[in-house]
Amino acid sequence: MNKEPLIRISKRDGISFFRSAAIRAIAILLSLIVSAFVIYAIVKLNPLHVYGSMWDGAFGTEKRVWYLLRDMMILTCIAIGLAPAFKMRFWNIGAEGQMLVGGIATAFFMRNYADSMPLWLLFVCMIAGALLCGAIWGLIPGFFKAKWNTNETLFTLMMNYIAIQFTSFCVAKWENPFGSNTVGTLNPATKKGWIGNLLSDGYNNDFLCLVLIVLVLAALMWAYLRYSKQGYEIAVVGDSENTAKYAGIRVNRVYIRTMAISGAICGFAGFLAVSAVSHTISTSTAGGRGFTAIIVAWLAKMNPFVMILISALLTFLDKGAIQIATDYGLNEYASKIITGIVLFFILGSEFFINYRMKFRHHKKEEV
Amino acid sequence: MNGLLEFLTSFPTLLHSAVIFGTVILFGALGEILTEKGGNLNLGVPGIMYMGGIAGLASTFLYENVYCANAGITPNTAICVILCLVSTFLAAALGGLIYSFLTITLRTNQNVTGLTLTIFGAGLGNFFGGSLNKLAGGVGQVNVNVTSEAFRAYSTKLVDFFDGFTGKLGLGTLLFSYGFLTYVAIIIAVAIWFFLDKTRTGLSLRSVGENTATADAAGIPVTKYKYLATCIGAGISGFGGTYYVMNYIKGTWENQGTIEALGWLAVALVIFATWKPLRSIWGAYLFGILYWAYNYIGGLNRSTIELFKMLPYVFTLLVLITVSLRRRKEDQPPASLGLPYFREER
Repeated sequence: MNKEPLIRISKRDGISFFRSAAIRAIAILLSLIVSAFVIYAIVKLNPLHVYGSMWDGAFGTEKRVWYLLRDMMILTCIAIGLAPAFKMRFWNIGAEGQMLVGGIATAFFMRNYADSMPLWLLFVCMIAGALLCGAIWGLIPGFFKAKWNTNETLFTLMMNYIAIQFTSFCVAKWENPFGSNTVGTLNPATKKGWIGNLLSDGYNNDFLCLVLIVLVLAALMWAYLRYSKQGYEIAVVGDSENTAKYAGIRVNRVYIRTMAISGAICGFAGFLAVSAVSHTISTSTAGGRGFTAIIVAWLAKMNPFVMILISALLTFLDKGAIQIATDYGLNEYASKIITGIVLFFILGSEFFINYRMKFRHHKKEEV
Repeated sequence: MNGLLEFLTSFPTLLHSAVIFGTVILFGALGEILTEKGGNLNLGVPGIMYMGGIAGLASTFLYENVYCANAGITPNTAICVILCLVSTFLAAALGGLIYSFLTITLRTNQNVTGLTLTIFGAGLGNFFGGSLNKLAGGVGQVNVNVTSEAFRAYSTKLVDFFDGFTGKLGLGTLLFSYGFLTYVAIIIAVAIWFFLDKTRTGLSLRSVGENTATADAAGIPVTKYKYLATCIGAGISGFGGTYYVMNYIKGTWENQGTIEALGWLAVALVIFATWKPLRSIWGAYLFGILYWAYNYIGGLNRSTIELFKMLPYVFTLLVLITVSLRRRKEDQPPASLGLPYFREER
């Protein structure tokens, strides 16, 4: 009667770094094999050649490497913004919107005050505007969560779409040339407000600044979460709200403060996307990266340096799959399919890191 | 004043387009209500709608434009419709199955898994939607005329009959001039309401969503309930994608990400309807009215139209806030919504 289940699952006490790395590596390998099957089914080509073409798409030329670094760093920056919120177990799904309002504020100053302000003041305004708008966008759901326990996942999700519509509104208002429904490159001649122009002229400087800024930000966030008092409070609130209350932490204040920080950094990512990358604003300034960053932050377990690695992997897949698409005349959404498959496998692999599985023994033989 | 008059006289037309718009998100929301009542917050609804939509389109494309065209026969309408519905349901339920397997069996985070499913589904839909014709060796856009027309067909007799004596109001057009799936959506809404509120199984499902541990202790097979609610819910959501493809854009595909935006609107509708299937019916049409209202209000320019399209989301936010302020028990989200449940970790 009392049949022992086929598989018993128990939580692991701990796992060696080596083993967990091996499990993750196997997961990525498996996902690439599955993707290879998918690729073969669609294009009927040797998957190894296809992966070769992916490699070429990501690292083929110096320019491509810079593009890879650029997109990877923007993604990392958003994920860094999400880290404190997630550590607090506050589901900030609203990075997309927070990034967009930051981008709008940046574009606003670039567009209207580039000629009337000295360069240093322009940058101060752009950055302050982006931080402030992002912070407000994050603070609103934080406030309602703290005061009335309003569901933050759904709240931040709605805020995204309000921000997207607001962006469309600004694009229609600022469009240039008239009728194009785009804002067009801002200050193309003077390059005022382009961050790479702070040091000297040249396109690649934009990207260099971007990479350096995000690396510094990653280090700061790592230290903030690990060593600061506020970081500790965030961790306690995330672990158990009741423990935090008992310890005398003012939970509401932590919620609101952390969401303001989280939103501000996502807004800063919007600043970077406008000032260092596109030099314009549109709804694709965020382009779904606010959602992808959620996955990055979660998989990295809120560690900013691991985020860089995961962003690198995802951006590589993206660039590579777009290259396949152009090489073989397919559309570039192929990249999303492969990204999805790889993410499913990485997500699933966490189970084998956290849990141990025991298979049923044949007890009858013993008896 | 002129604007108001114009708005009132064109209201029936507005309502007509609102119903077609609303049905897309109604399907999405109904599936998600069923899923969320089991305690799973599936943010993969947009991806699932993509998977459903592309499966419906691809299967009928293969039948209509490849098989029948090669064999030189005219496509059979009944086969088109059944093929489309079955493949929609299966593909969308497969999306739900991926989500369930990861979140329920492998215990991954629900939000993250749902978002990944959205990326995956959107990729799948847009990839095949954009390259179906090319892969089959054709040129130009995909187009499945026969199926789309079958989906949009309605009885002109019935419409004319009612239009005949309601005159300018056009009651016949307003009530009966939609494809059959429009009415199926309403029937499914009523069915889900009946299931959740009037049957024992529905009660068990709700208890799983409210307090999983208690349900488990009461002997309800929690895992089975969660799997079934998520997969069937996903299957229903998938019809939203197919309705969009067949009725809204008439049997073709577009890569502008509209299904994704509508999918999130469906998630919004679940909140707006406070997890009640019947409320989601009129909620869906109201969203449709809000979405199209800019067409019928004078004096708007291109930028203010964009502000207007914000309305459904703003309304949803207001509902979300009001619900959390009033704390009425029957309006709250399922208590274990989004929370993981592992028996041995208690």
